Amino acid sequence: MLADLIESLAKIVFIFTVNVGVFAPILGWVERKQSAVMQDRIGANRADILGFTAIGLFHSLADALKLLTKEDFVPANANKFFHTLAPFIALVPAIAAFAIIPFGGRYELFGREINLVIADLDVGILYVFALAGLATYGTVLAGWSSRSNWSLLGGLRASAQMLSYEVAMGLSIIGVIIVYGSLRLTDIGAMQEDFFRWGIFLQPVGFIIYMTCAIAENKRIPFDIPEAESELVAGYFTEYSGMKFVMFWMAEFLEMVTISAIVTTLFFGAWHIPFVTDAMLLSWFQSAGPNGAAALAMLVNIVVFFAKVSFFIWLQMTIRWTLPRFRYDQVMRMCWKMLLPLSLINLSITGLVVLLL
Amino acid sequence: MSEISKDLHTEYMVINMGPSHPVTHGTVKFLATLEGETIVDLDVEIGYLHRGFEKMCENSTWQQVIPYTDRLNYVSPLINNTGYALAVEKLLGIDVPERCKYLRVIACELSRLSDHLTNVAAAGLELGAFTAFLYFVEARELVWDLIESLCGARVTVNYVRIGGLKNDLPERFEEKVRYVFKEVRRLWVDVDKLLTKNRIFIDRVRGVGAISAEEAIAYGFTGPCLRACGVPYDVRKAQPYLVYDRMDFEVPIGETGDNYDKYLVRMEEIQQSMRIVEQALAQMPDGPINVRLPQVRMEPKEKIYSRIDSLIYHFKTVIEGIKPPPGEVYQAVEGGNGELGFYLVSDGSGKPYKCRVRPPCFALTAAMPRLVKGRLLADIVPTFDMINMIGGECDR
Amino acid sequence: MGLMDASVTLKKLTEKFPDAVVGTHNYRGDDTAIVKKEKIRDICLFLRDDPDLLYNFMMDLTVVDYLGRDPRFEVVYHLYSLPHNRRVRIKALVPESDLTIDSVVSVWVAADWFEREAYDMYGVVFTGHPNLRRILLYEGFEGHPLRKDYPLKKRQPLIGPVN
Repeated sequence: MLADLIESLAKIVFIFTVNVGVFAPILGWVERKQSAVMQDRIGANRADILGFTAIGLFHSLADALKLLTKEDFVPANANKFFHTLAPFIALVPAIAAFAIIPFGGRYELFGREINLVIADLDVGILYVFALAGLATYGTVLAGWSSRSNWSLLGGLRASAQMLSYEVAMGLSIIGVIIVYGSLRLTDIGAMQEDFFRWGIFLQPVGFIIYMTCAIAENKRIPFDIPEAESELVAGYFTEYSGMKFVMFWMAEFLEMVTISAIVTTLFFGAWHIPFVTDAMLLSWFQSAGPNGAAALAMLVNIVVFFAKVSFFIWLQMTIRWTLPRFRYDQVMRMCWKMLLPLSLINLSITGLVVLLL
Repeated sequence: MSEISKDLHTEYMVINMGPSHPVTHGTVKFLATLEGETIVDLDVEIGYLHRGFEKMCENSTWQQVIPYTDRLNYVSPLINNTGYALAVEKLLGIDVPERCKYLRVIACELSRLSDHLTNVAAAGLELGAFTAFLYFVEARELVWDLIESLCGARVTVNYVRIGGLKNDLPERFEEKVRYVFKEVRRLWVDVDKLLTKNRIFIDRVRGVGAISAEEAIAYGFTGPCLRACGVPYDVRKAQPYLVYDRMDFEVPIGETGDNYDKYLVRMEEIQQSMRIVEQALAQMPDGPINVRLPQVRMEPKEKIYSRIDSLIYHFKTVIEGIKPPPGEVYQAVEGGNGELGFYLVSDGSGKPYKCRVRPPCFALTAAMPRLVKGRLLADIVPTFDMINMIGGECDR
Repeated sequence: MGLMDASVTLKKLTEKFPDAVVGTHNYRGDDTAIVKKEKIRDICLFLRDDPDLLYNFMMDLTVVDYLGRDPRFEVVYHLYSLPHNRRVRIKALVPESDLTIDSVVSVWVAADWFEREAYDMYGVVFTGHPNLRRILLYEGFEGHPLRKDYPLKKRQPLIGPVN
């Protein structure tokens, strides 16, 4: 019992540290530096501690300090309760979605079987969709409770966009579930041991639809009309400052990590190295004994998993800095008239093929 | 749509895209009456940058007006300078030397480059294509470096004088021009690849802000916006001034007058401006750059400090101003946005009796309600961008 | 473009409206016609629609204040004909005692904002204009600043936010 508790706590602490402690600040730095490289400029490099600038990494620390010390206000006529609640509702699902994502396989360590996932739920992927549905409330409440025409427009656009894209997103994932026959992410991950059973080969259309819908859920460019900088000033979070603002901002970045993690798990072999089975991996570290080999294999798998996640984060950032943004009616049209029928067709073909084979 | 509204008791929402807003560059206020996201009515309010240009000109000498003209269309200041100087020279009835004309053409085209680069960059920025914005801002920086080497300032240039110019070309200007144009052409190709065939960009700008040629003429459109409607009117070709009749360049014409055509016309004009500058540099003769009339154009300091008649002329023109004979003229040049006209009235004294600027973007901004009525709120952004309203010019 | 061609506009205008046209000149190559203000709409319609003239662009509309002369104001129209590539300037005399003139918005839509600016700066009232209010200056501004008797450094009352 105690050992189970310690194991769960260790996994939670690890994920929390990696996500909120490492990814969130690093992603801020990556956004600045990657955009700078793409745009032929240097990016932010002025923040220093005792004259030592770590290529701009201290800017994340400077951001955190600045946002902590900013005045925290609620606009005059706004609904104070919802105004304060909205950032939390937006942030918590982004962090909590990571609970079912496996960042490694099963290992035999010291007589225990360690499953590198915080909660191995039966319903697996549906948990993520449920949380994504909750996250919608955050933006809508933020837009509505600020009592400002601009925020209202942003909140309205956000609610319509996020609701529509959840439908298409769900349908695109059902194809994957049919192919692998299980809702559990650990099972789907384990089944991708063989390189040619990776999701990208079995469900290429599903991957494209899922990626598009996920970027739309996250309200990144090209789908960032709810916070369209040049039209709505800052859309639904115009009236936020300080820590509440950073919660929205962190929610966006953490959701990017979540999206990348889900894409990796479902379509790109989760924690597996291509053409390397689990047994092969363990055999490489035989010299360290069974426990040592398991531990080293665990480490390698975690690193591979997060490397793939980083690749997809890089991809999302590249898309963000290249494309212009859609107009509101074009976003809606794309979801309901293009992505939804496409995902339904994908679903039917997948079902047919699985039935016949 | 309005049937549903009647049953549902909806109201129109009035939104104020106020003078300080990321997209209303140039400080303009839009009062948009919205039904959902569709614009029912748009009220445009300008005048936030009105500085009293005409009143100030009536109280300064003819030469002292030139720095004020810099600040009219502040992204293409050399064109304003040239237009004003040409108008005064028409009033005086004098002609400047050949070399001066070629140099003025070069200066005008460099300014036009800066204007079009800024406009396309801002359009990209406001549609979310941040990278295209920064590429063209880099190109604009290089063009400004050229202008700085020519006259010492990047934006408020104050380079053209009545009867000549401030100074001749610096050393190795041709080399710098060659280098800068190579970079600008490279960046032009980059932005072209990013935007011109980009489906998202085309969806945002095609079909938006379209206007027919007859309506455009009735509204007084000129410049790239009019040429995008299919009307081939360019002051440089219709009524050539300076040495534009010796230059070989094309004037791009659009078809439907929507924002996409305006964007394409501007992109092509960037290429044509570079052509003109290269031709002018090749054809330019040697010679003086100022006209030899001491009562109009000041002589070099060596002469003023050594000869009494130069000193007297210098004193009179600085203290009292040059004195064109009484009369009135209208001189039109092709500005970045269209026909920039100067209407000058002289009463024989050293100060203008009236100095009127015909701002091209005044007529364009007046047509804003017509262009966006019935479209979505998000369509104000690319439409207003492509009109290229410059606050300094519209409000003076 | 010889002198004969340049005066086609002025010749036809003087023929059609002999009592309205007070004078014409061609200073520095600019055709100019000085007219009385009463028939300005008809003159503009004629200039726009006559097949030899076809002045379809109204480039500019402004006012000049000749203080000390009667009539004091001149409303100046700059027109351009795209088919014939010609320009003309029409100056309508407006006395201070009767500071109104017909609006030409129905002839060229461009006149809308230009006339608002002329009203704002000089106080000339354009009868028949759909929306004659100040355009460059704020609503509470007192006076018309471009008139010659408006001092350069006059102070205005301070205003607060309106809407």
